[in-house]
Amino acid sequence: MAGIVGYGAYAPRYRIKVEEIAKVWGADAPSYKRGLKLVEKSVPAPDQDVITMSVEASRNALRRARIDPADIGAVYVGSESHPYAVKPSGTVVGEAIGATPNIHCADLEFACKAGSEGMFIALSLIDAGKMEYALAIGADTSQGAPGDALEYSAAAGAAAFIFGAKNTVADVEHTFSFMTDTPDFWRREYMYYPRHAGRFTGVPAYFKHVTGCATAILDMAGMKPEDFDYAVFHQPNGKFPLTVGKKLGFTDKQMEPGLLCPRLGNTYSGSSPMGLTAVLDIAKPGQSVFMCSYGSGAGSDGFIFRITDHITGVQDLALKTTDYLDKNQVYLEYGAYAKYRKKIRLGE
Amino acid sequence: MSTSARYWREIPQRYRYEASKCKGCGAVWFPPRLICSACGKKEFEDVVLPGTGKVKTFTVIRVAPSEFSDEAPYAIGIVDLDGGPAIQCQIADCAPEDLKTGMAVKIEFRKVKQEGEAGIINYGFKAVPVL
Repeated sequence: MAGIVGYGAYAPRYRIKVEEIAKVWGADAPSYKRGLKLVEKSVPAPDQDVITMSVEASRNALRRARIDPADIGAVYVGSESHPYAVKPSGTVVGEAIGATPNIHCADLEFACKAGSEGMFIALSLIDAGKMEYALAIGADTSQGAPGDALEYSAAAGAAAFIFGAKNTVADVEHTFSFMTDTPDFWRREYMYYPRHAGRFTGVPAYFKHVTGCATAILDMAGMKPEDFDYAVFHQPNGKFPLTVGKKLGFTDKQMEPGLLCPRLGNTYSGSSPMGLTAVLDIAKPGQSVFMCSYGSGAGSDGFIFRITDHITGVQDLALKTTDYLDKNQVYLEYGAYAKYRKKIRLGE
Repeated sequence: MSTSARYWREIPQRYRYEASKCKGCGAVWFPPRLICSACGKKEFEDVVLPGTGKVKTFTVIRVAPSEFSDEAPYAIGIVDLDGGPAIQCQIADCAPEDLKTGMAVKIEFRKVKQEGEAGIINYGFKAVPVL
């Protein structure tokens, strides 16, 4: 059965706290922390972008997969913050990990679900017997406009998964995708910051699509929320995933191991994929994992994984996702953060 | 002037840290050489540099060239790779006052510079403190 043979995550070490952002804009930090269920977010260093984080996450995935990178047949990088408007991120990633030249490569974009799109395509290629291994990455260094609610959550991180049919650590038992045209969040060409439709991003967008996808895949699998050991949802803030999960019947205990947003922020295309890596770090053979992404525009991809006996042999072969969350954080003041995120317009 | 071609030629070293190991005396050269400076032989095998090491020495750049001015102050150092040669590179993710010789570092893939707002982005390796 096709599944994940190696996985890895990466997050920058810089952080900014909600209080630091709220102080600058005269906002009430406790109400933002309560409303978003978020205390801080990651910030990419000036020399980091989607490509650099994708390479590091992929190298962690390769350490766990223990395969020759030349055997990878496809590289897909899902992101809404690709460094180039025209020039693929995937070519740099493929070259850096030693997978070129005999690979198929594409950059994907679907707001926050570009990462799970890549996972779906990579899995399908393995299922179709087209190649031995396929690499899917979800990564973002997203921006929120200064003072906008998104600025408190828009963060940076990456997750990478190598799919294959042999020596899997997590088999994919079911997938399902759910999509409609829903204009809840967008960024037009040449615009630096995205726009969003405020409260419209909730019920008609996130909740409708996550619920639609989750309900359908559970029906397809003939499973109930209590049949799972872990559940991971897209995390635009700390509140939405817990709310939708509880409505579906999942418990906090199932969701907390994969809920990274309160300390990491929303890593957009990396969000639910990074949550999945955190779960894989602690999962045991035989356990089942539910995952549902969400991307504005809008749609959700659902996955049901079954952990295999191989998981215990690979978990310690690379840095764990919580290592990136817990170790050596460097906290920034707003001024340095604004400089790092190029929010300050410089003279020529 | 674009340096795309030069950047492209250096991809094996900048992206994958590929070095050459002399088949005669075992010396490892980075970037690769055509003739071994230690024994004069011309036969090499390709090796990949180890991804960890220790800071041997460093200097802090406070008045930077324009391409790097956003990052000043930053450190440039020589890193003794574990079981490998020494390399020179930027040491990132570390305030200059926290940097010490002997500090354990690992090699990470980073943006090195970009050729203005419209030019290509140059990627490569930097050393960062281990987590």
